[in-house]
Amino acid sequence: MNIKKATQKSLNNFKIMIPILIGVLLLVNLITVASSDIYLKLFTGNYIKDSFIGALAGSVSFGIPVTSYIIGGELLKDGVSLLAVTAFILTWSTVGIAMLPLEISFLGKKFAIIRNIVNFIFAIVIAVLVVWILKII
Amino acid sequence: MSIKKKIKKIPGKFKFLFTVFFVYSIVFYFNKSLAITGIEKTYIMLIKIIPLLLFVLIIMTVMNLYIDSGKIEKHLGKDSGIKGWVYATIVGLLISGPPYVLFPMLKDLKASGMKNSLLAVFLYNRNVKISFIPVMMYYFGLKFTIITSVAIICFSILNGILIGFFVQDTAK
Repeated sequence: MNIKKATQKSLNNFKIMIPILIGVLLLVNLITVASSDIYLKLFTGNYIKDSFIGALAGSVSFGIPVTSYIIGGELLKDGVSLLAVTAFILTWSTVGIAMLPLEISFLGKKFAIIRNIVNFIFAIVIAVLVVWILKII
Repeated sequence: MSIKKKIKKIPGKFKFLFTVFFVYSIVFYFNKSLAITGIEKTYIMLIKIIPLLLFVLIIMTVMNLYIDSGKIEKHLGKDSGIKGWVYATIVGLLISGPPYVLFPMLKDLKASGMKNSLLAVFLYNRNVKISFIPVMMYYFGLKFTIITSVAIICFSILNGILIGFFVQDTAK
């Protein structure tokens, strides 16, 4: 691939990412400004509940992974637990509810459904594991 | 063309953004300062992350320059054995692109004999991107980035084993 094509491919990915990134950041900021303690009420530090909510939020979102890092990082600054944010960034690119019909049409129904379920469970397990390891080291 | 058809033609990313603008206009009508503060905060955030995004763009371009899709097909095909697992992991880590770009490519690979387990390994490793690591480190720190990346790679193998167990490969 030449430099022109490589740059074009990267720019195409960015074209997809930018509207989603702006939209999600606008929503997150609206929620944060409207209710500054909403995340503190929602995320209580409970390992399973926090990671489940985070994983659910990531599952319904979509885009390239870097978008989830930026949004996750901003959520963390706003008081969302690391557990929830980790689960969120993990499901962002491995569980795609919005992309499920597309995945089914290309890779098969059984494959797509089982893969998404397994990935959802794994996101919670990895989030708990990562936070636990960070606590002990 | 009817309005319904015109709306259908708008890409999903813009539909989402327009929906957010619509939500903002409703909020603006009822609470002007709330909507303005939300926009201001978003603007400040976006300005802050521009250098980071430019950095990612450069790394993505460099990676695209060195990834050859022909070679990928060769190493992920049927009878790839243990090597196939290693390649699926590495390619998953290196290749970039949204699912609707990757799915057609994966369908072709599946048609040429790629196992479901390797497909799962490949897709799971999309979570770790060399080009995005600086962003992850910026927000979450080095320790988090290393632990999470290693965990994702390890779990991708487990993911492949589970998918391989539950979803039988269709005989060619």
